[in-house]
Amino acid sequence: MSLINRIKKFFGMEAKPDIEAEPDAAKSAEGASEQEVEKVAEEKAKPRIGYIHLSGCTGDVMSLSENYDILAELLTNMVDIVYGQTLADVWWDDENPMPEMDLALVEGSVCLQDEHSLHELMEVRKRAAMVCAFGSCSATGCFTRYSRGGQQARPDHESFVPIADLIDVDCAIPGCPPSPEIIAKTVVALINGDMDYLQPMIDLAGMTEACGCDLQLKVVNKALCTGCGTCVMACQTRALDMTNGRPELNSDRCIKCGICYVQCPRSWWPEERIKKDLGL
Amino acid sequence: MVLGTYKEIVSARATDKQIQKVSQDGGIVTGLLAFALEEKIIEGAVVAGPSDVFWKPEPMVAMSADEIIAAAGTKYTFSPNVMMLKKAVRQYGIEKLGTVAIPCQTMGIRKMQSYPFGVRFLADKLELLIGIYCMENFPYASLETFISEKMGVSMEMVEKMDIGKGKFWVYTQDEVLSIPLKETHGYEQSGCNVCLDYVAELGDVSTGSVGSPDGWSTVITRTDGGDSIFKQAVDAGVFETKAIADVKPGLDLLQKLSAQKKEKNQKTIDERKAMGLPVPF
Ligand SMILES: Cc1cc2nc3c(=O)[nH]c(=O)nc-3n(C[C@H](O)[C@H](O)[C@H](O)COP(=O)(O)OP(=O)(O)OC[C@H]3O[C@@H](n4cnc5c(N)ncnc54)[C@H](O)[C@@H]3O)c2cc1C
Ligand code: SF4
Ligand code: SF4
Ligand code: SF4
Repeated sequence: MSLINRIKKFFGMEAKPDIEAEPDAAKSAEGASEQEVEKVAEEKAKPRIGYIHLSGCTGDVMSLSENYDILAELLTNMVDIVYGQTLADVWWDDENPMPEMDLALVEGSVCLQDEHSLHELMEVRKRAAMVCAFGSCSATGCFTRYSRGGQQARPDHESFVPIADLIDVDCAIPGCPPSPEIIAKTVVALINGDMDYLQPMIDLAGMTEACGCDLQLKVVNKALCTGCGTCVMACQTRALDMTNGRPELNSDRCIKCGICYVQCPRSWWPEERIKKDLGL
Repeated sequence: MVLGTYKEIVSARATDKQIQKVSQDGGIVTGLLAFALEEKIIEGAVVAGPSDVFWKPEPMVAMSADEIIAAAGTKYTFSPNVMMLKKAVRQYGIEKLGTVAIPCQTMGIRKMQSYPFGVRFLADKLELLIGIYCMENFPYASLETFISEKMGVSMEMVEKMDIGKGKFWVYTQDEVLSIPLKETHGYEQSGCNVCLDYVAELGDVSTGSVGSPDGWSTVITRTDGGDSIFKQAVDAGVFETKAIADVKPGLDLLQKLSAQKKEKNQKTIDERKAMGLPVPF
């Protein structure tokens, strides 16, 4: 509940959720001129977003930026990107304290031997109202789970964990990287205060361990698999194939992103949402 | 609603004699995919094609009407069609895709469209999803058990399999054999026992044999897109139709079977949950 309230407050949505989305309606509404709408939009403090880049490959932010054509308006005019190397060229150090943020997107897992990263993550939790594990490295550890250290330039950098191992995480968007579409859909849902859509992301914040073998453990072993093939389709590294109607994992290819299980129709089932999306 | 949300239900069959000959029931799936391909509504379709093993299908990307026709007919074992969708788009370059899916497959597809966490640039490529009714599906070894062991027919002799009138039927060149469905119980995959969807409630168009006479299908149009494509095909003479109220056994049987599936499997869901097992429904 508190999270829902935080999100609503964050986007100033309690009052007028659709004011931006329906300029025509606003224009024609009695006594509300276009300028007034603009003024409201201006006065409503823009949500402050930060992008924190830990041990990730930049793929997640690239996927986000693939949406610039749809999200340009949003990213440039409706929100303030107040923190982040790639998106805003703002970097925190002793002289420049980390700004307050309404939402922090965290890409990458966190390295326990990297003091700066640990520090930054703790600071983010203090400064951000909401923290989102953005991408599978941040959410499940993904391929950084395989790290065993002993590599240049920092042989001591050995242990990488999903951020929820260290801080409270409010929501997660797994994917290696998450698709541009899920990012766009999430942003639109946030703006519309569409909590139903966001519920799975909130639930997924708790999924910090993932592997292709989840399909065997949590679906096949639980008498749930139907042989539909969705997991194989979804795997981003082609680590899965179907053998006699059941997923078979080539663990050498698995990066532990969790997407196969997340997409499986037998892991969680958003029926209402799907029917709504289809107009059924 | 026991048949899901829909626009219209009719009884129909393909007018093309070749399709009538090879298809399972009224040739709705084959006829509609071939029509959509011809009209360039889709550029290709994922269907359950043949493999090296008799009656063991393999998902296949069909780019021509001939390939769609070659995949006609029901195979009562797994054809994980969903796994081929991405390949169809990435490797075959299909921008507008059609497919046929049993209800659990439609669920994987629709979930991917609403929540495409790790699936990029696929959700919006699916132009036509034809759902087929499904009571249960069998591992290949189960099929072998009742066809080779119980009926004494080797798989390569089988020309057609069917479920209807309480029996599992096998057609060979010169014989029609059957066993009571009761004897197939317990051979279905266990995942089917918690499935609540009989009539492919999430298809653009859904179809199956139940409700219509032999050689005809019961067609349910659901989404705007599906309804429009089916009507175009009817107008183009691809299908002949009859009002569902005018055919036997009619809608009552379909409703009855759908309600029975939901009721029976809901009981299994409750039992499993009581044992602490997870069920997402
Ligand atoms: C496992 C299973 C159980 C079924 N149970 C019922 C039932 O209880 N009641 C009922 O009315 N109908 C049931 N059907 C549907 C029915 O058997 C026919 O497939 C349907 O009526 C379509 O007939 P048609 O003549 O229009 O299709 P056709 O023109 O013959 O085309 C059939 C299409 O289905 C595809 N297909 C075949 N086997 C599979 C498979 N295993 N998985 C995915 N796609 C496949 C083929 O690729 C082909 O494109 C079931 C189908 C399956 C696969
Ligand atoms: S099997 Fe594929 S989708 Fe599943 S966790 Fe491994 S890499 Fe990710
Ligand atoms: S997506 Fe789930 S139900 Fe479908 S084949 Fe994979 S594990 Fe089985
Ligand atoms: S009964 Fe349900 S789970 Fe089983 S094969 Fe049919 S649609 Fe899939």
